[in-house]
Amino acid sequence: MSRRERRSVVGTEPVGPYTLLRLERGGLDPGVPGQFFMLEAPGRLLPRALSLCLAPEGELAFLIDPVGPGTEALCRLAPGDAIHVFGPLGNGYRLDVARPLLVGGGIGIAPLPYLAQALGGAPALMGFRSQDHAAAADLLPGAEVVVEPTLVTELIDPSRDVLACGPEPMLRAVAALCPSAQLAWEAPMACGYGACYGCAVEIDDELKRLCVEGPVLDASCTKLQVVTNEVAA
Amino acid sequence: MLLNASGCLDALVAPDVARQLDAFVTKTITPLPREGNAPQRIAETAHGMLNAIGLANPGRERFLGEMLPRLVVTLDIPIWVSVGGFSAQDYAETCAALDRSEAAVIELNLSCPNVDEAADGAAEIVAACRDATPIPLYAKLSAAHPDVGAVARAVADAGADGLSLINTLRGAALDPRTLKPVLARTTGGLSGPSLKPVALAAVHACYAATGLPIVGMGGVTTGQDALELIACGARDVALGTVLFSDPDAPARVRAELAEAAERAGVASPDDVFADAHDAEKHPHTRRKVTA
Repeated sequence: MSRRERRSVVGTEPVGPYTLLRLERGGLDPGVPGQFFMLEAPGRLLPRALSLCLAPEGELAFLIDPVGPGTEALCRLAPGDAIHVFGPLGNGYRLDVARPLLVGGGIGIAPLPYLAQALGGAPALMGFRSQDHAAAADLLPGAEVVVEPTLVTELIDPSRDVLACGPEPMLRAVAALCPSAQLAWEAPMACGYGACYGCAVEIDDELKRLCVEGPVLDASCTKLQVVTNEVAA
Repeated sequence: MLLNASGCLDALVAPDVARQLDAFVTKTITPLPREGNAPQRIAETAHGMLNAIGLANPGRERFLGEMLPRLVVTLDIPIWVSVGGFSAQDYAETCAALDRSEAAVIELNLSCPNVDEAADGAAEIVAACRDATPIPLYAKLSAAHPDVGAVARAVADAGADGLSLINTLRGAALDPRTLKPVLARTTGGLSGPSLKPVALAAVHACYAATGLPIVGMGGVTTGQDALELIACGARDVALGTVLFSDPDAPARVRAELAEAAERAGVASPDDVFADAHDAEKHPHTRRKVTA
């Protein structure tokens, strides 16, 4: 059940170029891995959509890449600050998989630690553009890590049940290798609950709202485009 | 009365949000289904946002056959149907089709900034719809017209029962690095707090020009914003962009509106109705709401 509550910041931790934002959980349901929350970005009109990274006792933790004014404001939060949090929203990963393999690229590794926890442990493969970015792999101990120019798709065992999140080219490459994979996509969202129609993407040859249909979709779905920048201009 | 701005809420996906309202306004319905514009469709700006959704809707037939019956079952509040089109005939045919429906009010969207097709003149469309249905007609006008009061007078003369003010205003945003438009169709409709002064001016002008009932909207974020629109001559107030960041906004704004009225020294928000007008200059201002 999604709710909107004002939650206090427990703390922020640098993770390479990213920031892990830890919030008090309060009465919020952490939801299914791959679902997302809308986080109020201080000083901005619209909240930002972020998937849950970790759900430690009494907390919700989000991994944030400061790519624009909203995500930068979220990374600047300090203990004692409070923001509105709305979620969980959308459809997460199906967990009824026999031989899971978690695959993440860049900031797309965000939902994988919580996903691994929900699966009771699972092998993971992560790709990053630099060693600095690869610091995020520490969030999921035991994950196999590659750094560009090596790509995750060079190491995927296609016989596994792949659950992936990452940039569009990676997701397309994973879909080509693993037609039964579950892929978490991204699109600019103003609301996260089907009101604004801003996150429309091509799904099965129709423009549909990613927040309602996804963000986790079967690889067999077709998609028009993914925009990985913030909604802010 | 508190409503949503058309296109800012899907009551079938979020019925709990819609049930906080006094009436629900549908997304604009056109004769044929429209998929809407290609992504990217939205961009946040300073104190506002742009959208270029492009009137995505299932079309008149599916709306009447599937969506409206589901809305009626889901909500126990009046349903206002927003109607769009590209000719007076388009609008009139949809109004005629709605005549046997549960629509409490028809809002004629005469002002979407996100479609390429030019519509007929506002008064011509209203007159055609007036002939097609006895259902109350609200004309949703753009504040981009240099004399929105004159447009309001024209649609009033053509038979409009009320006005919805205002729609979004066309704007653009560039990616600061590439200096290319963020939106796929370059421009979109500006909404959010930056619109509030424009909405106050348009409601003020159109109330003075016509005295028609007005649904005021444009940048309403707080109860104080709603109270100011009422003071300009809005009988009812609609929430738009604020719903995106705060799905609890209807209940919050309603509570804040009562508080704002108290701060203004009146018992009810209706008591400030048209107070922003000079009663000597505008005879309409003497018509106080007695709800």
